[in-house]
Amino acid sequence: MSKLRVATCSIAGCFGCHMSLLDIDERLFELVKAVEFDRSPITDIKHCGPCDIGLVEGGVCNAENVHVLKEFRKNCRILVAMGSCAITGGIPAWRNNVDLWDCFQEVYHYGIGLENGQVPNDPELPLPFDKVHPINEVVRVDHFLPGCPPPADAIWRFLTDLAAGREPRLDYEMLHYD
Amino acid sequence: MSKTFTLDGKVIPFEEGETIMEAATAAGVYIPHLCHHPEFKPHGSCKLCTVSIGGRLGAACTNRAEEGMKVESETEALNADRRSLVQMLFVEGNHVCPSCEKSGNCQLQAVGYHLGMLTPHFPHFYPARDVDASHPDMLLERNRCILCELCVRASRDVDGKNVFGIGGRGIRARLIVNAATGRLADTDFSVTDRAAEVCPTGAIIRKRYGFTVPIGKRLYDRHSIAELPPLPAKRGEGRGEG
Repeated sequence: MSKLRVATCSIAGCFGCHMSLLDIDERLFELVKAVEFDRSPITDIKHCGPCDIGLVEGGVCNAENVHVLKEFRKNCRILVAMGSCAITGGIPAWRNNVDLWDCFQEVYHYGIGLENGQVPNDPELPLPFDKVHPINEVVRVDHFLPGCPPPADAIWRFLTDLAAGREPRLDYEMLHYD
Repeated sequence: MSKTFTLDGKVIPFEEGETIMEAATAAGVYIPHLCHHPEFKPHGSCKLCTVSIGGRLGAACTNRAEEGMKVESETEALNADRRSLVQMLFVEGNHVCPSCEKSGNCQLQAVGYHLGMLTPHFPHFYPARDVDASHPDMLLERNRCILCELCVRASRDVDGKNVFGIGGRGIRARLIVNAATGRLADTDFSVTDRAAEVCPTGAIIRKRYGFTVPIGKRLYDRHSIAELPPLPAKRGEGRGEG
């Protein structure tokens, strides 16, 4: 059997879901036997080719996030929203009721320990959105894997179910919104 | 012999005047609910306890049990409707479970788990709602309010204070307090009030008591809300109010 190709990314997330993925411990050996990673912080591959499964951590907070997300949707047969931020916007969405410029002022001008801070204005920087959105408001999502982060056991169950062609099913203790 | 009706085929005894919810709870059968609490007058607003009563839909918390009636609750269609209702409650407020002190002990979350809700599905409203931190002991976090009016009922019917009310209509409906300034600190609300303990979510919470129970040991971490004994009618026998 050929290996499953899996891509992962963290957009407006904290990489906590990726840490939880690594937290499957020795099952990582089983995983690498069954799975080949395409674009992912694990491989450092920058662009995604055709994949079986795409795991997206984080919500959408800027224009670059949208490009990444569209690349994932285009290339991944099954797209999974992994974690609270991808599913609800999560903690980053707390800024949705704060004016974006006020946010910048707080972060770059008035933050503790800052002197003569300036708001970065390099054309290479992605354009921030005024609101953070869950990924299913931008692309079609096939599965949702909640948790902040989803427990390692939940990620393992999800991946093994998907690899076996089953509809993923979480046990009660694996289903968490936090 | 007491009168009976059937709930999903199970024979449920009831006393004259009892609601379907009361009789089901006494028989140990769980019907999902959020605005219902055995201690207070039924409100019938969250609609989670909607059951089929002889083919017609009605709230189990407001409809009286009647001899021989056939009630259905655990059907795929009703649970799908309940899931949609919970999803709508999630997107209508700002329910950020990872940063909420009530997480793990929250009934909104617990009902979501019970119904297998994996995503709020609908577009998020991200409404702008005020937080009132003026009171020395209690925090009013309107982002998490689901307008169940349990605090309104508890303050009015048990505490005799009328601290809370709902102001505005439709999407502008919000929890307000009984003070000219609109601040909780300027009411006679107290941490020992019954209304301080009945919030099913984290909208009315005690200050300085967050995150005291580790993840894994919180009320709904290991057991579904359906498996746990129902909410106590009297204070101090606490569950679900951490």
